[in-house]
Amino acid sequence: MRMELIQPFINAADAVLSETLACPISVSDISMNEQPYQRRATAALIEISGDIEGRVIFDVEDSAAMKVACTISGATELDHDPQIIRETIAELANLVIGNAVTTLNDQGFRFKVHPPVDHPADRGFHGTEDTEALVMDFGSSSGSVYMNVAMRYNRRRRADARRK
Amino acid sequence: MELFPALLRATDLEPVRYLVVDDSVFARKNLARIIDSYGGVLAGEAGDGGTAIAEYDRTAADIVLMDITMPQMEGIEAAERIVRQHPEARIIMVSSVGYQENIVAALQKGARHFVQKPVKPELLYEVVKYVLGEAAVVASLPQPGV
Repeated sequence: MRMELIQPFINAADAVLSETLACPISVSDISMNEQPYQRRATAALIEISGDIEGRVIFDVEDSAAMKVACTISGATELDHDPQIIRETIAELANLVIGNAVTTLNDQGFRFKVHPPVDHPADRGFHGTEDTEALVMDFGSSSGSVYMNVAMRYNRRRRADARRK
Repeated sequence: MELFPALLRATDLEPVRYLVVDDSVFARKNLARIIDSYGGVLAGEAGDGGTAIAEYDRTAADIVLMDITMPQMEGIEAAERIVRQHPEARIIMVSSVGYQENIVAALQKGARHFVQKPVKPELLYEVVKYVLGEAAVVASLPQPGV
């Protein structure tokens, strides 16, 4: 996966997480991985199709999800609730992916972002030779957020676009 | 959450009525809280474009806050269909996907404005006020203890 695809996701995650967690964020670990994805906490998945295709998984520790829920809703404290955690992570994924694809679209890529879905499986979705998964760990005082991005250029669509 | 001077309908000085359309329950709850801080009333909610059309027919809300990426029917198509039936509809697109192509498409289909998520309440307030124009008046903030 090329840097021009990766950087918008890092920038968007950094910006959105800093705002929604209301604290400094550190990117403690970035790696490329061809192994099957292994869920660590509560996860949501968003698919992207078009000039670039693939998927992004957002995997968020409960403490971080509850902090985001409080920040976005303006509440000082919320009861720990698995439903709130799932909804928060889906919305968080929406915010980050939306901001990232806005940047990529402005660079000339055209694609569709699909609504987030729960990703309850412990394992699955491994990278391939041309679709390695980029795994990032965003650390904060409220807990960790893991982002797993696996995307590739849709060569046929890009070639068709060039011919037109 | 910060309280804003209430926006009232100019015709009857009743609170502005909102229809919130977003597939995320969390996002709808958040927008409902923001609307409450504007002194508004939640007239209806929808989780997809098809339901949004039916809810607009039912409520004729003063303002529609419409997400773009939703299952079944997306927000831009729903906005187009609502405006085709109700040219007076005031629709504000609220989405994290804020690239120019999307914004232009939404405006061409009849949306009045676009706000990118995460929503900043003070920004959305100004947009709502702008979109309502002379259809709304701003009430003074309630005084403490009154």
